[in-house]
Amino acid sequence: MSINGKAYIAGVYEHPTRKAIDKSLAQLHAESALGALADAGLTKDDVDGYFCAGDAPGLGPLSLIDYMGLKLKHIDATETGGSSYVLHVGHAAEAIAMGKCSVALITLAGRPRAEGMATGTAPRNYGSSAPDVAFEFPFGPTVVNMYAMCAQRHMYEYGTTSEQLAWIKVAASHHAQYNEYAMLRNVVTVDEVINSPMISDPLHRLDCCVISDGGGAIIVTSPEIAKTLNRPSVKILGAGEAPKHQMGGKIDLTYSGAVWSGPLAFDEANVTPSDIKYASIYDSFTITVLMQLEDLGFCEKGQGGRFVSDGNLIAGTGKLPFNTDGGGLCNNHPANRGGLTKVIEAVRQLRGEAHPKVQVENCNLALAHGTGGSLGTRHGSATVIMERE
Amino acid sequence: MTAQQRSFPSPISDPDTEDYWNAAKEGRLMIASCSDCNEKHYYPRSMCPHCGSQDVTLVQSSGKGEIYSWSVLRRADPPFAIAYVTLDEGPTMMTNIIECDLDSLTIGQRVRLKFSETEEVDGPPVPTFIPD
Repeated sequence: MSINGKAYIAGVYEHPTRKAIDKSLAQLHAESALGALADAGLTKDDVDGYFCAGDAPGLGPLSLIDYMGLKLKHIDATETGGSSYVLHVGHAAEAIAMGKCSVALITLAGRPRAEGMATGTAPRNYGSSAPDVAFEFPFGPTVVNMYAMCAQRHMYEYGTTSEQLAWIKVAASHHAQYNEYAMLRNVVTVDEVINSPMISDPLHRLDCCVISDGGGAIIVTSPEIAKTLNRPSVKILGAGEAPKHQMGGKIDLTYSGAVWSGPLAFDEANVTPSDIKYASIYDSFTITVLMQLEDLGFCEKGQGGRFVSDGNLIAGTGKLPFNTDGGGLCNNHPANRGGLTKVIEAVRQLRGEAHPKVQVENCNLALAHGTGGSLGTRHGSATVIMERE
Repeated sequence: MTAQQRSFPSPISDPDTEDYWNAAKEGRLMIASCSDCNEKHYYPRSMCPHCGSQDVTLVQSSGKGEIYSWSVLRRADPPFAIAYVTLDEGPTMMTNIIECDLDSLTIGQRVRLKFSETEEVDGPPVPTFIPD
């Protein structure tokens, strides 16, 4: 059994805020939900499935279901960090294919800026009952130094350079200049990236994503309902998910779970990486993008540095336009979780609703990929492939 | 830049890891060994993550190994070097490289165990490494 063609993305919404001092977390979820429903041409009462992850306040999904007054037949609060919402698209398609629900709402929101969270440079303690904490937390693992160790090893094994990583940020900045909501709209050069302050060797400040408040939502629905809506049809062709961990100490930091989630999604969609016209790739750091492009099969393992160089990811000039909203590196990384916005920009591209300066011509096939947790320790990978009908 | 001493939070022992931390207090770094598949693993736990066996025992590591990867968090106060070290016995573990030049660490560099005291008076020490 497959989800190919069994579900459609009918609505998306990216909350415009990037600093939400004046809004509560639940409010950001609700405003995102209403925005996506309006985009789809549906109302709250049409929703019969709800999906959220660890950013939702309260007990799993229950507090937000209460806040929004939802009446549901299906709920799923699977938590895999920033990749959760890409994974939820696949789960929603499964639920719809099985007849468990027909209008699935996925929401995300967070206010790390308003709350003054040291997102990247302070260790996070997930609680002493997490079995890995005693063996890791004392050593100060942060988001940035763990991804930095991936970059360091990738450079050692494959000769990847800081200049090559910088091209990823350069491409994102070329796209962000056209996005009025993007936090960083200045076009930057390779030199500016590699001369920005070193945060954690070998990652510079401009190798790191922004920290932003905000949120977003996605509506996934059945083919029957999608046909009744006055929106371009975005069909879900395939989805894959896979965790990667430390394998009992057989640690290999040079690849991600995308080596498994990617082929699952491509097989279900019955397409290959060379068919993809646009890719949204999780970009917590430049190295995240490079590793995932390799692991998804857009280039050979170890060739990511060459692949991303010389503007190859820039819309209009490169072979694989990526993150045309500016991505997490320049636009938005709401709640420190970038998966949902990856799906949103892919849907904009398929609908032909991206900014005209970055809209990919004849964009009929797009991929969105997320990583959640840490490439340096344990993470969830999720891939979704979508088609414009 | 020479690494300054940093303050290590004390790890919290639980029934699964009590023997490991008691050995640490005696200056011994233990890794887990599976009696069924003969594979080693780290961090030590009750179930072999390779084959699923519960016939797991702790064995002492030589405390020698090499840096698998490293990064100096320049924004921390003081800056410090996190690393994954591959022990000569096989498993790779997260640690810090201490008492070193933060600007000359390299992948493949030989290192050896030196336990570091932690913040709580009764807290066990944590296994850190110095250049060998």
